[in-house]
Amino acid sequence: MDFQVVILAGGFSSNLVPLVSKEVPKALLPVANRPVLSYVLDLLESNNLKDLIVVVEGEDAALKVGGWISAACVDRLHVEVAAVAENVGTAGALRAIAHHLTAKDILIVSGDIVSDIPPGAVAATHRRHDAAVTVMLCAQPVSGPSESGGSSGKDKTKKPACEDIVGLDSWKQFLLYIAKGTEIKKDTRVKKSILCAAGKMELRSDLMDSHIYAFKRSVLQEVLDQKPAFRSLKQDVLPYLVRTQLRSDVSSDQNNVEEIGNGKDNMQNNEVVLSQILSNASLPSFHQVYESGLDSRKTHKCCVYIADESKFFVRLNSIQAFMDVNRDVIGDANHLSGYSFSAHHNIVHPSAELGSKTTVGPHCMLGEGSQVGDKCSVKRSVIGRHCRIGSNVKIVNSVVMDHATIGDGCSIQGSVICSNAQLQERVTLRDCQVEAGYIVCAGGEHKGETFARK
Amino acid sequence: MESRRNPRAVVDPKVRQVGFFTSSQPDSSSTQQQQQQTDPIPASASSPPVSTISPSGNSLSPVMIPPPRLNSSDTFPLRGAAAGASSAVSPSSFSYSNRRDFPDGSTTASPGRHSRGSFVKSSTPVASSLPGIGMDSMAAAKSSSVPASGLTTVSVVTMPPGLAEKASGMEVQSDQKKNPKSLKEKTTKAERRAIQEAQRAAKAAAKADGGKVPPGTSASVASTSVKVAKPAKPSTQKNEVSVAAGVTEKKGGPSEKDRKKDAPHPRMQYDDESRVVKAKRRAVVKQTEAKNRVELFRHLPQYEHGTQLPDLETKFFQLDPMHPAVYKVGLQYLSGDISGGNARCIAMLQAFQEVVKDYSTPPEKNLNRDMTAKISSYVSFLIECRPLSISMGNAIRFVKNRIAKLPITLSESEAKAALQSDIERFINDKIIGADMVIVKHAVTKIRDGDVLLTYGSPTAVEMILLHAHELKKKFRVLVVDSRPKLEGQLLLRRLIKRGISCTYTHINAISYIMHEVTKVFLGASSVLSNGTVYSRVGTACVAMVASAFRVPVLVCCEAYKFHERVQLDSICSNELGDPNAISKVHGREDINYLDGLTNNANLQFLNLMYDATPSDYISMIITDYGMVPPTSVPVIVREYQKEHLLV
Repeated sequence: MDFQVVILAGGFSSNLVPLVSKEVPKALLPVANRPVLSYVLDLLESNNLKDLIVVVEGEDAALKVGGWISAACVDRLHVEVAAVAENVGTAGALRAIAHHLTAKDILIVSGDIVSDIPPGAVAATHRRHDAAVTVMLCAQPVSGPSESGGSSGKDKTKKPACEDIVGLDSWKQFLLYIAKGTEIKKDTRVKKSILCAAGKMELRSDLMDSHIYAFKRSVLQEVLDQKPAFRSLKQDVLPYLVRTQLRSDVSSDQNNVEEIGNGKDNMQNNEVVLSQILSNASLPSFHQVYESGLDSRKTHKCCVYIADESKFFVRLNSIQAFMDVNRDVIGDANHLSGYSFSAHHNIVHPSAELGSKTTVGPHCMLGEGSQVGDKCSVKRSVIGRHCRIGSNVKIVNSVVMDHATIGDGCSIQGSVICSNAQLQERVTLRDCQVEAGYIVCAGGEHKGETFARK
Repeated sequence: MESRRNPRAVVDPKVRQVGFFTSSQPDSSSTQQQQQQTDPIPASASSPPVSTISPSGNSLSPVMIPPPRLNSSDTFPLRGAAAGASSAVSPSSFSYSNRRDFPDGSTTASPGRHSRGSFVKSSTPVASSLPGIGMDSMAAAKSSSVPASGLTTVSVVTMPPGLAEKASGMEVQSDQKKNPKSLKEKTTKAERRAIQEAQRAAKAAAKADGGKVPPGTSASVASTSVKVAKPAKPSTQKNEVSVAAGVTEKKGGPSEKDRKKDAPHPRMQYDDESRVVKAKRRAVVKQTEAKNRVELFRHLPQYEHGTQLPDLETKFFQLDPMHPAVYKVGLQYLSGDISGGNARCIAMLQAFQEVVKDYSTPPEKNLNRDMTAKISSYVSFLIECRPLSISMGNAIRFVKNRIAKLPITLSESEAKAALQSDIERFINDKIIGADMVIVKHAVTKIRDGDVLLTYGSPTAVEMILLHAHELKKKFRVLVVDSRPKLEGQLLLRRLIKRGISCTYTHINAISYIMHEVTKVFLGASSVLSNGTVYSRVGTACVAMVASAFRVPVLVCCEAYKFHERVQLDSICSNELGDPNAISKVHGREDINYLDGLTNNANLQFLNLMYDATPSDYISMIITDYGMVPPTSVPVIVREYQKEHLLV
């Protein structure tokens, strides 16, 4: 279909400290004991996209990610990994690999997505409109602990933070305005020409940019070349394209009429008539109307695809999101996890050992080779491989990564214990994060703390 | 009222000229001769009133056959003249074959079952070079501030050597085909049919006799020549399918199968449940049947609009065998981004050009057959997106004909080039060239002071109006429009931009506005051989009112849209549009009074797309072969079809 897929897998995201570390780049953070990148790769593979370019920030991270992919995706996918310098931003990352992009259109997917929205829909919309850029929008996910977990978790369901503000035309096909909700203070500017041309604009705050874009390659490369200051796709490139859609500086490659009509007058005439018939046949978008009003202007289209609300979509870009994703993947959206659930709606690996009177509730996951002592209780939590958990331990709404050790009598709620971390006896954690390899001393009671080595 | 009617007395003489004038420039000496024979009435002389122009009248046929085809049809002008003189030009007097209108049917090739999982796992070790090898390609920094980074292949899908080519799917499919079919291939079609008939008879007999007669005996009685010992169960299923397909397509060979077979026939009866189910099974586009359909139009497909497009879009990357160009066109049909006979046809042909360009013959296959099969599968996909128009059917027939006629001696690249130029020529000659000729003819009918009425947004008429305006003729245009498409507004915008004085009204006001009209120019989706004009719904109404007011109706239609089918009404063949389009007004929630009633069992929406205008209401059809009365359509069809094969 002449699409190239670029996955922006990022590097060590500062939002996710202390979960990420030198050993675990963001792309390899485990979600239900699988790296988050695998969800993206699975989604693409199920859509028959097997030629992928993964861009990773930092060489160490690229080595790690590349190593994992080569082990996991052998013989399934054709993946190439590119390492870019750290802190170049998404636009910079694309600039670095621009010379590898050859297809007509580029599909750019963020590497931290857990979703079941088929990316083909974006591509199809993009092709149908012959757009310069197509953005997938989806409904804002509800963050915070779910209602069902309200018994012990905090019960206030947060009002979804208004992440993006998007302006759509009346057919919900074109993107007229986009801004980050946090950037808008009191007032904002909307292009008058766009507003006039479209006639009507619908501003919505319930939609979120899903970081899945389809770009026309020529447009993308031109913007990246022309504007060396642009660092981020979402904050610089996309708003720029949206802003300039009625006075386009980018040369879209539609004007190939000259190439075909080889000088012969009759031929050229025919081509003109042909293109006229085709354009007259369709309902003109406001771009065309505007174009016909002012002869010299060129336009390009910025389209949107609005995903169905029933589809699942989460971006793993904060610690809260990390908790949510882990909860959802073994809970509500368990079709994504790829595991088969037992009758109790949980997954307990056969090699895991459970002590007597230990209960593992629904929506739980117990990894391979983990040992749980007597009289423990595990609820709505993910426990990694080869963890050792003592007796009388209570784990609720938490994530325990591989090889963690938890002493007797601990109580863990809403926390993340990274791999190789160690909790000594009778530690009580609530909404805490423990860095990989950290040792929490015995008997402490902590709330909302982050344990990391300085 | 009386005063209003006055101008019509002035109008009438012009009407006569419309009916009897042919284009002044002669195409060749022979046609000129013919015109002299057949056109004895001077234009200025008192000619019969308009009503005699109707096909039943003894109108003359100013058919102008271009010279090159005269060799093949020498007798034609004479015959046409004779027919015209004796007023015997009726469709029945011509022996046109009632050929099937669908472009398939001439192919026996098997389009492959396009298996999706085309990548065969191999045991070869994978070259998983760890990153670090490619990392040092940082030197290839571009002009940008960011150093360019190299790619490192970390995971590779290796394919067996045979699959390395593009057509990896085909290989797998051919293997699949051999194994299960080897048994059944032995029986010919006739035998299989016989088996099936025997089994059917057996079943019927068993039912009738209440199981008295063992089915085996009756079957063996019924089919003496057929071996009943064949494994019965699988073959019955297979037979049923193949017979069903044989009904829709006459030339179903034994090797023929899959998509093409189950593709909905353009005139499939959609109230036939079993066939609908069958067609649905392989449909690429998800087709949910609409619930409340008007009883009279049950036989036409009507799907839930709004579900198809998103579903097809999600499958974008999964439709491996579909060519992107075809896919795009299909999407545009489905979403209504492209409509109008010419535009749809051109878009499809251009997509086919892309297909031909990217085509490479799979190993051990014949280009002619394989390409025909490919095109057929694309066509069936397009049908699922939106039913074909007749013009598209003709164009597809042309393309398939060209493919079939390709000499085997041609190399692949030559064949592809030949095909591409053929398609190019079809677009240029038959569509655009034809429009130019039509414009040339029709402009002679526009005089200063005319008030021209048009309906909808026909491309040919628009070109005529613009050209007449360029010739500095003084005329006014009445654009009549109708809900829900309101195509006239687009035409209106373009005409006004050029400085043509226009009046815009809706079809409800047609009887009022017709008083001042001097000529009606209409477009057509197709012209059928009994002179019926098949066109955008509402055209018949306009033509009828015009003929009641004795205003000449000129239909502009390219000859490639002519078809030999005869149709008397607009019920048996039509298209149903989106019912929501008529029940809702976009962007006006305040006047959508029917909200919430859409699924009411007592309410059925009917949004017809086409109607048929009887030839009685049409004074003249302007085609690229000149201006002809509707009675002469069969002549064009016959000549044109012949040319079709010869081109």
